[in-house]
Amino acid sequence: MDFNQPADQNLFDRATVVGKPHARIDGLLKVTGTAPYAYERHDVIAGQLYGYPVGSAIAKGRIVAIDTEAARGAPGVRSVVTTLDIEPLGIWDYNVARLFGGDVVEHYQQAIAVVVAETFEQARAAAALIETTYERDDIDVDLEAGWQRLQGTGEPSTQVGDVDAAFESAAVTLDEMYHTPSQSHAMMEPHASIVDWADGGQMTVWTSNQMIEWNRQSLATTFGIEPDRIRVESPYIGGGFGGKLWLRADAVLAAIGSRAVGAPVKLALPRPFMINNTTHRSATIQRIRLAAGADGKLTAIDHEAASHTLPGGRGENATAQTPYFYAAPNRRVIHHLVEMHLPEASDMRAPGEASGLMALEIAMDEMAEKLEMDPVEFRVLNDTQVNPSDPSIPFSERHFVECLREGAERFGWADRNPTPGGRREGMWLIGHGMAGAYRGHLNLKSGARATLSNGRVVIETDMTDIGTGSYTILAQTAAETMGLPLGRVEVRLGNSAWPVSSGSGGQFGAASSTAGVYAACVALRQQIAERLGVEDPEFRDGNVIAGDDVTPLAAISEELSAEDSINFGGFQTEEYLMATFGAHFVEVGVHVATGETRVRRMLAVCDSGRILNPITARSQVIGGMVMGTGAALSEELAVDLEHGFFVNHDLAGYEVAVHADIPRQEVVFLDTVDGVATPLKAKGVGELGLCGVAAAIANAAYNATGIRVRDYPITLDRMIDRLPPV
Amino acid sequence: MRAFSYERASEPAQAASRAAEIPGAKFIAGGTNLLDLMKLEIETPMHLIDVSGTGLDGITATEDGGLRIGALVSNTDLAANERVRRDYGVLTRALMSGASGQLRNKATTAGNLLQRTRCPYFYDTAMPCNKRSPGAGCAALGQGAFSRQLGIIGTSDACIATHPSDMAVALRVLDAEVETITPSGASRTIPLDEFYRLPGDTPDVETVLMPGEFITAVTLPPPVGGRQAYHKVRDRASYAFALVSVALVRQADGSGRVALGGVAPQPWRRAAADAALPDGANAVMSRLLDGASPTEENAFKIRLAERTLAGMLAEG
Repeated sequence: MDFNQPADQNLFDRATVVGKPHARIDGLLKVTGTAPYAYERHDVIAGQLYGYPVGSAIAKGRIVAIDTEAARGAPGVRSVVTTLDIEPLGIWDYNVARLFGGDVVEHYQQAIAVVVAETFEQARAAAALIETTYERDDIDVDLEAGWQRLQGTGEPSTQVGDVDAAFESAAVTLDEMYHTPSQSHAMMEPHASIVDWADGGQMTVWTSNQMIEWNRQSLATTFGIEPDRIRVESPYIGGGFGGKLWLRADAVLAAIGSRAVGAPVKLALPRPFMINNTTHRSATIQRIRLAAGADGKLTAIDHEAASHTLPGGRGENATAQTPYFYAAPNRRVIHHLVEMHLPEASDMRAPGEASGLMALEIAMDEMAEKLEMDPVEFRVLNDTQVNPSDPSIPFSERHFVECLREGAERFGWADRNPTPGGRREGMWLIGHGMAGAYRGHLNLKSGARATLSNGRVVIETDMTDIGTGSYTILAQTAAETMGLPLGRVEVRLGNSAWPVSSGSGGQFGAASSTAGVYAACVALRQQIAERLGVEDPEFRDGNVIAGDDVTPLAAISEELSAEDSINFGGFQTEEYLMATFGAHFVEVGVHVATGETRVRRMLAVCDSGRILNPITARSQVIGGMVMGTGAALSEELAVDLEHGFFVNHDLAGYEVAVHADIPRQEVVFLDTVDGVATPLKAKGVGELGLCGVAAAIANAAYNATGIRVRDYPITLDRMIDRLPPV
Repeated sequence: MRAFSYERASEPAQAASRAAEIPGAKFIAGGTNLLDLMKLEIETPMHLIDVSGTGLDGITATEDGGLRIGALVSNTDLAANERVRRDYGVLTRALMSGASGQLRNKATTAGNLLQRTRCPYFYDTAMPCNKRSPGAGCAALGQGAFSRQLGIIGTSDACIATHPSDMAVALRVLDAEVETITPSGASRTIPLDEFYRLPGDTPDVETVLMPGEFITAVTLPPPVGGRQAYHKVRDRASYAFALVSVALVRQADGSGRVALGGVAPQPWRRAAADAALPDGANAVMSRLLDGASPTEENAFKIRLAERTLAGMLAEG
């Protein structure tokens, strides 16, 4: 199905299943511990052995020797394969560091060996016996020094008007520096895979991965084999947040181990490996300059940012939103990549905007204060309905102002004390803050197969459910399209044997894959119509209705199956700018003595097209708000500048928000649909929920204390010297 | 994890004598810290003596009106004990601020005292650590190291790790004593202020316990009354070790006692600081943290400790 023009009125505007609050259909499996996650798939193949990884103890250099003698002789050990034993493996498009092979070390805890043994404990114990001799190279992991080198250089990615002239003539200007730290996805389930490559022929991979086809392609590239020799399964995923977009060392080492021992091998990355062996969100340094007239209208936005990456990587482009979010006739945007020797920086939930809005939305708060304007009104005044960097391009739908207004009303924004440090309850300084949210919307081609059998419809696609609710919204889509109750639809996901989907990432999964299932169901409806010899029938209440001719789907005895994809046309990006919007409102308390900041209530208002299921969408947004709370107050991968690694590499040291940190959360979805986006008129929401949260908390902490902190996380040591006397 | 042998002890004296007999033996009860360290091969005992069957799980009144807490009493049971809650409130508050419900159910009183530091360099076997490998050096003192959580006083050039316990800070402010049995069967009583050793140049030696010596109980003197408070300061509201914690017992006349956690290799208290309590937080901390040698990253702990106590005093 080609999607070459905005959707008109269609069945989803009269929906009875899509958009309704159905509890997730895989929920029972998850709460009863019976959803089969990768490492626990004991039943898929007999004779599974256990792999355990060994990581580099240095950040950069060369491996001179690896002594495996003791490990090979340890109890239960079946094989030890080191990176010196094999040629450097291939590197797929979106991977940066080599996953295994050769003597070069590119980052701390890069995989350098795998032990395969009969039990997990044996493999782990043997791995500890491996002795490695290194030649260390000098490292550079100092982002601040990189910023100093690159600031003011390079070609802007966006340059509109005359920024310098605008600043010279502006009534009010702002010029501040902001820092965000490196962050870890820290998902609950570690990267884990079982791989059967026993005979070196067909490779079967049971894994935990957001992108089945990318995973298959990257395995093919990595091992130099044909993709059609590889099958990948990943039906349940215990969180990804972008950390499982890529092939990582778990599957690679399990494959190498399987090949070496001639048996299936399972391997999960230990928690410290999640931090230093896999990917993370890069730290950023950002300089933001804003210029405005006395009327509060922005006249110039100048955003210069830097992030770090291994040579050849993408870093974290914190300027991602700046070309588009606010109106201003003059604009300059530039992002510098600083090549450093930390582990691989890559995508994490809302890559770009998450970090960029942490800075930009503080800057907007500061600018509103300078202009003596309400921060909500300041943002309303600087709204735009067109791409401000190319005004000939309108937003497909943009209801940012409604988000701001609705949020202010529901939160009781008017009742706040706008004077910083002006409200105290007992030992707590109380503050209120808000921030805008922006996240681009992207679609990827997505396919599915729909099969009618005994009155039931089975959907098969390689789409994944990373805890987001894909099973449920795809079932709702199929039920709606086929005119069936939800209970007569079965959804099967995460298998490379099935049609290639968008996968899950970049908040494109829900909108793209539901459109793909819709396309497959339309193709199935066509087959059914042909089979019944009717034209343009209606599918309703389990029946195929053509005039007076009513045929229950259950009465069709033969199995019918159709496969199709949704292909998104160029009009979406050539004629429109698609994005999602929101507003976050937060109340915090800051302990007057210690500077501990605790969130007291949170509200998000979201404009992201049709909400396919308010329950699963709300879970996405409150999850984003939790992640934003961690980003604001506690999450930081601490860098050791001498050894070049992230020191706090476990869940005790890397402090995500815990239950006690999370107060009452309220989420409101505007009733907006976006016909440009998909036939279902839906856009992503999973990343929008994170965007702007941390800045809203930062602004609330400022309102509470009068202390402006521009470096995250906003920990008490950044405030303690400026707090008032106890 | 290295292979180890295992036995169960049924009597404290038996546990102590067996531990002295067998090279590389360690006691295990709740295992909430030791097992983690064994998996990382930071602890590599060759033999484990499971002491959970030694019956030391009672809380009983002492003749002088104090309390005797069996070594195996879980943190949960200790925090919930009626007498502790009534007469030693600072102890319940400290316990409840630590770990998680699941860990408190398993962690024991003696095990809590003997838990190891959470210094991240101690936990990373690729990094030099004098506590883990004497003489290897200290990565936490390196240029560009991450030391925000680490100690500011009582530390040494060899080690700046802190003792992570909350419970021990409350016990210290309550003048608790540790009762042990030695491998020869003798009992001894060690005041908590003499129990932990400062790191000096042997940070691997953390207590005055002799090889095989087995903790049987912790005793509390008769209740000291006063208002008892524990403020644990941390970046998130639960499940985090203290940046700074303050245990306070304050009498109606303004006198009292103060102990600190999160700043030193042991719960930190000084008599001169206690004596200064009527003069306020600044007077206390200038004595309690006199001689502190923080890193650039954790110097904030000095001011934080003072402000935390000031806040507690302001609350009345």
